[in-house]
Amino acid sequence: MSGINTSQYSRYQSKVARSRATSEPAWVRYLLIGIALSFLSLFLFVPLAAVFTEALRKGFDTYVTALSDPDAFAAIKLTFLAAVIAVPLNLVFGVSAAWAITKFEFKGKSILITLIDLPFAVSPVIAGLIYVLIFGAQGWFGSYLIDNDIKIVFAVPGIVLATIFVTFPFVARELIPLMQAQGKDEEEAGLVLGASGWQILWRITLPNVKWGLLYGVILTNARAMGEFGAVSVVSGHIRGLTNTMPLHVEILYNEYNYAAAFAVASLLALLALVTLALKTFVEWRAARDASLSENASQ
Amino acid sequence: MAKRKNILPGFNISLGFTLLYLSLIVLIPLSAAFIKTAEISFAEFWQIVTAPRVVASYKLTFGASLIGALINAVFGLLTAWVLVRYTFPGKKFVDALVDLPFALPTAVAGIALTAIYAKNGWIGAWLEPLGVNVAFTPLGVIVALTFIGLPFVVRTVQPVLEDLEAETEEAAASLGANRLQTFTKIILPAVWPALLTGFALAFARAIGEYGSVIFIAGNMPMVSEITPLIIITKLEQYDYVGATAVAVVMLVISFVLLLAINGLQWWANRNNGADR
Repeated sequence: MSGINTSQYSRYQSKVARSRATSEPAWVRYLLIGIALSFLSLFLFVPLAAVFTEALRKGFDTYVTALSDPDAFAAIKLTFLAAVIAVPLNLVFGVSAAWAITKFEFKGKSILITLIDLPFAVSPVIAGLIYVLIFGAQGWFGSYLIDNDIKIVFAVPGIVLATIFVTFPFVARELIPLMQAQGKDEEEAGLVLGASGWQILWRITLPNVKWGLLYGVILTNARAMGEFGAVSVVSGHIRGLTNTMPLHVEILYNEYNYAAAFAVASLLALLALVTLALKTFVEWRAARDASLSENASQ
Repeated sequence: MAKRKNILPGFNISLGFTLLYLSLIVLIPLSAAFIKTAEISFAEFWQIVTAPRVVASYKLTFGASLIGALINAVFGLLTAWVLVRYTFPGKKFVDALVDLPFALPTAVAGIALTAIYAKNGWIGAWLEPLGVNVAFTPLGVIVALTFIGLPFVVRTVQPVLEDLEAETEEAAASLGANRLQTFTKIILPAVWPALLTGFALAFARAIGEYGSVIFIAGNMPMVSEITPLIIITKLEQYDYVGATAVAVVMLVISFVLLLAINGLQWWANRNNGADR
């Protein structure tokens, strides 16, 4: 998950014709391209095409009926709700963590960076399990929650918590290397000129990292809407109440209602394609800005 | 570097919020797993995590993850090479689509892979006469884990290949090396740390994967049941202690892998720095 770097631009820029000594014969090139494309077809293109083909197999009317089902609509609403809460929270966290880590020196910084990465290393199933251990009926706060009639797991708050956990590091991971590379000279100049801390953040730091920030938000949102394992553990699978879109896909699929399952899945696949398009656009803009500022400073 | 007094504001509030949020969302909940296992003796813990069905699931999870990561190491390197060095129609489209496994929800990937690798599916129908069954066998687990790990190797190797300077390859050629020698002696050593990092990332991601696997695996105990599914099954039987014990084993392995990956990245950065 390397994110934005300026070298990605240079590959579009430097299409230098390679001499024969440092390239391969044409047949080797075509063979390698052929093998790579076959591999990608087998694992990427064909599955993607299959989602849309299966979704429309029984005709467009079935497709529309499947999507206008009230349970499907409730699942779409819940998926958006979880993302709308999780993305801003992790965004604020990412900016705050990146500010502390890149603008200041303190002990244990590298441990902190490793801990922020932790949710990437944890299986989604375990991410769900730990919230059940805390908020479930047998959990730490179980009896308190039951007495006060508060439901967290097997209800919407648990789904939101699990979503926050699995998308926790994305924004911070994008911002830390970016803000590290930019240093703090501009911020210090702002301070000398009399800007307050918030002014520095809004007028200097955030505009400087806006593409990285957007990139992190796009990844967070995609993962938040698509998460399955963690959400599956804490959801309780109550139709129309605690089902997100990926969980709704599973239920329909297990009921052998393949056309409907793939219809909902096709919406998620569209979301993935939009995510990739936005991501490519952001990378392109970030690279363009980087090369513009490079040219300006020369 | 001389120690300089930092004049920027906001250190206490930003670090304070970061630590609070990290503790509430990640650290305290994760500690719950370790605290829960303290309820049982070590002998009981050991009995749970070494039960035959659980051990069979470790073998499948780690074996299939390893094979998937190896497939990705080979074909990911090849894909990165093709994307950096050659031009072909639709290259930008292909490049963007490499990240699909990051963006596509795992459940969608799972049902899509099952549909095409089932006996009557687009690819499964071709494999059936050859006596190869992918869906609902351990082979299906490998297919799913290869899919979800696909972008890691490509995306870690790609920037390193881009930064390789043509001069070293020209020098090798002028000294009489053929292309294969240049590749094994010059290019491969340069991308090796990145390749290893990508491999480790794909492997670590595959071990915890759940959504894309359960649809295609068939989930037969002792045969095609992955460890995360064991945790779910125990939870559904309200065996919280058993589920947590298996989860703790996976957590410890994940932490070790995370540390190894951090070490690898540090090594890769140092190597890259030394080249310049």
